[in-house]
Amino acid sequence: MATETHGADAAAEGTGLVFHPMDQFIVKPLFGHGEVGMLTITNVTLWLALSILVIFVLMVLGTSRRAIVPSRSQSIAELAYGFIHKMVEDVTGKDGLKYFPYIMTLFMFIVTANFLGLLPKSFTTTSHFAVTVVLALAVFLTVTILGFVKNGVSFLSMFWVSSAPLALRPILAIIELVSYFVRPVSHSIRLAGNVMAGHAVIKVFAGFAAIAAVSPVSILAITAMYGLEILVAFIQAYVFTILTCVYLKDALHPHH
Amino acid sequence: MATETHGAEALSACVDSHGSAVGMPQLCGDWIGNQVFWLIITLVVIFLILSKIALPRIASVLAERQGTITNDIAAAEELKRKSEEAEAAYQQALTDARTEAQAIAQKTRDDIKADLDAAMAKADADISAKAAESEAAIAEIRNSAMENVEIVAKDTAAAIVAALGGKADDAKIAAAVSNRMKG
Repeated sequence: MATETHGADAAAEGTGLVFHPMDQFIVKPLFGHGEVGMLTITNVTLWLALSILVIFVLMVLGTSRRAIVPSRSQSIAELAYGFIHKMVEDVTGKDGLKYFPYIMTLFMFIVTANFLGLLPKSFTTTSHFAVTVVLALAVFLTVTILGFVKNGVSFLSMFWVSSAPLALRPILAIIELVSYFVRPVSHSIRLAGNVMAGHAVIKVFAGFAAIAAVSPVSILAITAMYGLEILVAFIQAYVFTILTCVYLKDALHPHH
Repeated sequence: MATETHGAEALSACVDSHGSAVGMPQLCGDWIGNQVFWLIITLVVIFLILSKIALPRIASVLAERQGTITNDIAAAEELKRKSEEAEAAYQQALTDARTEAQAIAQKTRDDIKADLDAAMAKADADISAKAAESEAAIAEIRNSAMENVEIVAKDTAAAIVAALGGKADDAKIAAAVSNRMKG
């Protein structure tokens, strides 16, 4: 990244090593300089657009032949479809399949953005809380509204644990209520935190590579972290999606 | 990239004069509007791509494949059933042919045996006839030989008696010779 060239400045300040692990998350305009306004075309725009492109190529162009015996890209698209479809059906039940396109959208966006973020010099959109909070809030609001629309006031019985002794129920209700409202927080911070931490750690190891004696270890560590990040990129998308399914199940069937 | 040429001029409260991040860029409020705006557009576009084109297409491909597989399995079952029928028919034909062959072989064997028995009986009869005939001929020859011996003996005896100066009638000599030959 651009900031590496500042090593000279830092060296002048007396330190041999320069760490700017958070610089990769800076949002900046793609053309020219200046303030980042709401409609400015930034690196965020670029990498979001690239994720749309990847999804389009994989899911639309990849399946354009509609082959009975699928090509490689078509099998990937079919695998993703089958994976999420089965997840929705298993976790949410048959009546949850109505919401399958929404959940598929979430999964495809997160998994694509995570993997695009693993490209060197890329910008990882899912490492920003602004992005994951929007996703998590969308899920939270949809699920809450859906719960009330489908079940009416009886949706609140989700917080009244009828299997517990009567004396415990008010306390449990408070705990349930708090945990319900913490959902979007954990939902969003889990994704952004995992992605951001991995990327920052890779960057820190890369900073150590400036010392010749340590650089082989540093490069090995980067390789290992990168492998782990590939795992995390998929697993966090999976976790986000399956939690969405679980929350959706609560909205559709609040009576445990 | 762009920021490094900027030098001291900071673009945002979250970026220092070198273009490095101040604190966590994730917590910078200046950029949230931009990110949320583009994110929502992105999500809507992805949703439209998936729900209008990709997902129905994949669903139809999967359904079609399932149908094809079911049909192929049914066809394979049918073919298997046919091949089993054909094999049974073949086995039946083989068994029939074997039975028939055995019957023919048995019949031929019986015929040959009957012919052989007849021929043997005939040959036996011929042989015994021949033997009887031969025995009769031998007996006749023997008898005639005995008669000749008796005649020769009588003549010889008569000649010997005459030579010794005796006189004997033929009847006596014949009776004596016959008597001797019996003894």
